[in-house]
Amino acid sequence: MIEVKKVDAIINRYEKSEESLLAILQDFQREFHYVPEEGMQRLSEVMNVSESKIYAMGTFYKTLSLTPRGKHTIKVCTGTACHLKGANQILETLERGLKIRRNSTTKDLNFTLECVNCVGACAMAPVTVVDEDYYGQTRASKVMDVLKKYK
Amino acid sequence: MGAIASIEQLGKYREQIKANVKEDLPTVLICFGTGCQANGARNVAEAFTKIIKDQGLNLDVNIGLKTTGCHGYCENGPLVALRPQGILYLKVKPDDVSEIVEKTIKAGEVVDRLIYKDKQTEKTIAKYREIPFYKHQQRIALRNIGNIDPTNIDDYILQGGYAGLAKVLKMEPDAIISEVEKSGLRGRGGGGFPTGVKWRSCKAVPSDTRYVICNGDEGDPGAFMDRSIMEGDPHAVIEGMIIGAIAVGAHQGYIYVRDEYPLAVKNLAIAIKSAREKGFLGKNILGSSFAFDIKISRGGGAFVCGESSALMRSVEGKVGEPRAKYIRSVEKGLYDEPTVLNNVETWANVPEIIVKGADWYASLGTKGSKGTKVFSLVGKVNNTGLVEVPMGISIRKLVEEIGGGVLSGKRFKAVQTGGPSGGCIPERLSDLPIDFDSLTDAGSMMGSGGIIVMDEETCMVDVAKYFIGFLVGESCGKCTPCRDGLRRMLDVLIEITEGRGKETDVAVLEELCDVLTWGALCGLGTSAANPVLSTIKYFREEYDAHINDKQCPAGVCKALITYSIDAEACTGCTLCAKKCPQKCITGERKKTHVIDTEQCIKCGVCKDVCNFNAVRVA
Repeated sequence: MIEVKKVDAIINRYEKSEESLLAILQDFQREFHYVPEEGMQRLSEVMNVSESKIYAMGTFYKTLSLTPRGKHTIKVCTGTACHLKGANQILETLERGLKIRRNSTTKDLNFTLECVNCVGACAMAPVTVVDEDYYGQTRASKVMDVLKKYK
Repeated sequence: MGAIASIEQLGKYREQIKANVKEDLPTVLICFGTGCQANGARNVAEAFTKIIKDQGLNLDVNIGLKTTGCHGYCENGPLVALRPQGILYLKVKPDDVSEIVEKTIKAGEVVDRLIYKDKQTEKTIAKYREIPFYKHQQRIALRNIGNIDPTNIDDYILQGGYAGLAKVLKMEPDAIISEVEKSGLRGRGGGGFPTGVKWRSCKAVPSDTRYVICNGDEGDPGAFMDRSIMEGDPHAVIEGMIIGAIAVGAHQGYIYVRDEYPLAVKNLAIAIKSAREKGFLGKNILGSSFAFDIKISRGGGAFVCGESSALMRSVEGKVGEPRAKYIRSVEKGLYDEPTVLNNVETWANVPEIIVKGADWYASLGTKGSKGTKVFSLVGKVNNTGLVEVPMGISIRKLVEEIGGGVLSGKRFKAVQTGGPSGGCIPERLSDLPIDFDSLTDAGSMMGSGGIIVMDEETCMVDVAKYFIGFLVGESCGKCTPCRDGLRRMLDVLIEITEGRGKETDVAVLEELCDVLTWGALCGLGTSAANPVLSTIKYFREEYDAHINDKQCPAGVCKALITYSIDAEACTGCTLCAKKCPQKCITGERKKTHVIDTEQCIKCGVCKDVCNFNAVRVA
């Protein structure tokens, strides 16, 4: 169950203006690891914006997810430089290792595996980002070992 | 100290800071760009702090310590620069720190093993400016990055920061615009529209409210100069925006930053706050009657939001879909008011143009493309990172002299420029000068300045498939040519790369490209054909090899390749057999191993782990 208090605390950080909607949704995402339905409903009430509009934003922006994500997010950069240097092999190794497809979450809700377009660290390609930690020159043979410290 | 109340006071304040700086103080500058942080710069910084404390050194008396923005030479991080000698140490580890303090800080000597070494000639170079990667650079947009602490506004002011603002406060808005027009500055985000002309059109629209926006939604994969500027010199962007606001008469600005760039968001927020405290933002800027402020708007990971009209919808708190631009955004932009939107690098150039003059800026570069441009040189090249050079440099010079040539001595095949809207330019055209117009003529475009180097192991059909796949995911779905046309193109490219290509496929692709170019609503769609058309134009033989011979000459397309082990090179170390996820490699210790190609899933792990380069792909 999502705590109403937490939802309100996030909403209250911002001006009561439509301009704040995306930032609030992003903060929901950070706090709860997804954008909960209750949060969207509450936001719609407070901001006086229709729920469908908020839902449209929730589905449009890639950084938002309407289903719970794992405790740790693995982002495999699939930008051009990383693609050329073997990002796909990294991605496939992780899919095999975690037994999930890209853009999904392990059953124990520990990891979500995503691909991102470019994390802007192209000089270190191929790059894998776990939560806030950047790993440059990732190798398919080593990438599963990196995950060991994320329990 | 509170707000700076006048232009004169700003001058005095700068003198004050200068008086407190000891020019000859041995100073350690640690790069805290994302690349260096990933390589452990934080631990290096902690090691310096600890040793300073342990040895009882006095900060700012015996030694200076600064963390800076990105130096650009990310591949060799963590980077540590030493003043006043101008030495650059590469790949510094916490264990190296005590030696740096003993030798360089205390005795002024160079630690030889940490300096640059040319891979071919083995020649070592200690001085930052003499390393080939930096030697050819001329830094305008990146002028302060690596030299200043981006979270300290005094560092920026000391370098002459906000002098451009002081200068324009005494100018007529039209004169400011004329100066920018005369400089020949063109938009660095990709389109290359003349900045001054944009400003003038915005100012000409009668309205009480106007906006200026900074586009920091750097979405082109392979380009990261905007990130580096926002992280490493946020005040340059802010000062540029204030100058633009004064010129067009705007009182509110927005910086739209990708949510994937947390450090940029953080450093910009700190910079905006300190600019307000010092009186560069807010009411009565530097004691004048002019008021202007900036808000940060975080993007949501949608590539299309880099398109101006989509970005503006997103700032308003809506779904970021572009609109047809019968009416341009300089007339009706954010909240339907006249709006100037420029890219991060464009804004960062503005204060220097004002301070040094339009003639100085226009003396750099080529006839149609003035000034310098920041390129992110990445992919299969030895020296990867950010470089700023005058427009008009040849692709060859960029790749071979600054970039140090292609990785592992492989053959240089092409460069890709302009992100998903750009194209691939083959090696044989690499004497082409890089500027807005010549790249467009060659079927590519400048884009935001990503230069991705490709070698013989890069499959051009796969590259086209990669970009179209990218664009399918990022198309907002509003117009049919882009939504359905791209999808169909991807289907065709998948068929080709999986060995089911038909002779007519190339013609189908060309036809779809034509529909997109003429029919799509926004720039994302109209330029989406470039990756396909340019690869067909320059690398038709690779398409033919996939379609007719069912072969991938570069050894990339999985369905068309097989892995094998070279009996000559294999030492029988068993490592590949241990790591193979399919357990389909067999062989006894010290004897040649064999891959069961029936079971092989072509994951590439064996090639990756092999220390003897014995795994072949064909």
